[in-house]
Amino acid sequence: MPTFVYMTRCDGCGHCVDICPSDIMHIDPTMRRAYNIEPNMCWECYSCVKACPQNAIDVRGYADFAPLGHSVRVIRDEEKGVIAWRIKSRNGETDMNLLAPITTKPWGTHIPKLADAPAPSQEMRDSQLLFNEPKYIRMDDGDIHTLKSNKLTMKAGVYY
Amino acid sequence: MFTNPFHDLSGFLTPAVMQTYVVLMFLAVVAGTIIDVIHKKSAQYFFENAQKAKQSAKRTLSTGDKVSVAVSTVANEILTSSEFCNPHRRIAHLLTMYGFIIFVVTTVMLIFAYTPTAMAAPGIVVALWHIGALMVCVGGYWFWFKIRVDVNSEGNPWYRLVRADLFVLSLLMTTTFALLWSVTQGAGILNMLFFVIFVAAATTLFCTVLWSKFAHMFFKPAAAYQKKLTKADGSQENLPDLGDLSDSALQARYPDIPTYMGANPPYMGLGIKRESPNHY
Repeated sequence: MPTFVYMTRCDGCGHCVDICPSDIMHIDPTMRRAYNIEPNMCWECYSCVKACPQNAIDVRGYADFAPLGHSVRVIRDEEKGVIAWRIKSRNGETDMNLLAPITTKPWGTHIPKLADAPAPSQEMRDSQLLFNEPKYIRMDDGDIHTLKSNKLTMKAGVYY
Repeated sequence: MFTNPFHDLSGFLTPAVMQTYVVLMFLAVVAGTIIDVIHKKSAQYFFENAQKAKQSAKRTLSTGDKVSVAVSTVANEILTSSEFCNPHRRIAHLLTMYGFIIFVVTTVMLIFAYTPTAMAAPGIVVALWHIGALMVCVGGYWFWFKIRVDVNSEGNPWYRLVRADLFVLSLLMTTTFALLWSVTQGAGILNMLFFVIFVAAATTLFCTVLWSKFAHMFFKPAAAYQKKLTKADGSQENLPDLGDLSDSALQARYPDIPTYMGANPPYMGLGIKRESPNHY
């Protein structure tokens, strides 16, 4: 189900226009408010919904988890570093709130400075390992980590 | 420095004609707004939305609460245009809005109070009429050339016209030609030409409410008030509640927060919103 815009909430700032990967969020030439020009091409990626500072964009969720008449809304608060979802059924009996972190460190402060890293030697170039391997896959920390090596087991009914 | 431009006009237009025109334009705005409300069913939408919000409200608001929400709407959304996240757009809007209000009020004062009598209009009223028009021009042209035109991303030239421009363009034409008409008093045919364009633009502005976005000045405050009401009564338009991340009850409910962000999650700053959009 594609996105739609509550026109009374939109202020036409253009955040959704900039972020839409399908380039289908446009500014209406009459009302100067955002709208989805081609709902058929919407991937329902929710990028515009999360980017909208006015919470003016909504998507009808998939029927398998939220039948008709329900509401699935989201707030992505990047200053707090969390995302919150609320799923509410048509009769209001089911009202679920979910909250999850989207970052653990302030934005833009922990970008790897790849330009400062020393150039790879010829031996590293010839090797099959990629940049920062085995460090990044922790092979230098006691071989490859597996469920078994970490003393974990598959839980019945949960697919990884 | 400034004189009442309408006074010089009374040579060939009687004050009664000018007053009738102002009243007609006022009636055109009222009629246009009412037809707009009926045609777009906006009042019905607001009413149904309010009823829906009431059903999912978590607390009942007292009259005092509603009054405080109304006062906050007036102070923020109406008087200071706080809904705009783009500061340039907000300043341009404030200049245009206050300029338009000053221009309309002083026009009515000049036409109804001073032009029919021999009394000269006070300098402050005449100056305010010009300043109001100038404010609309500054805010409006800023919007037109810098904010509206989306040359970078859409490749639209400044002279591209769409129906959304009906309001801002007729408003700009009104104030621009009002100023030109005022400063060319006594310049004969050129002055008359500016006056004719001024009146034509003003007539367009006030008689096209149904097709332009003129009525936004009435329904945007109503929408802002309703949005604040839904926040105050807890219905929040079905949006989730973020809460205080350092609250222990919230952390017990969502253990990922303390696990990955710590007991007192820091301020994370701006992410994608560090970059302002290039559109409008």
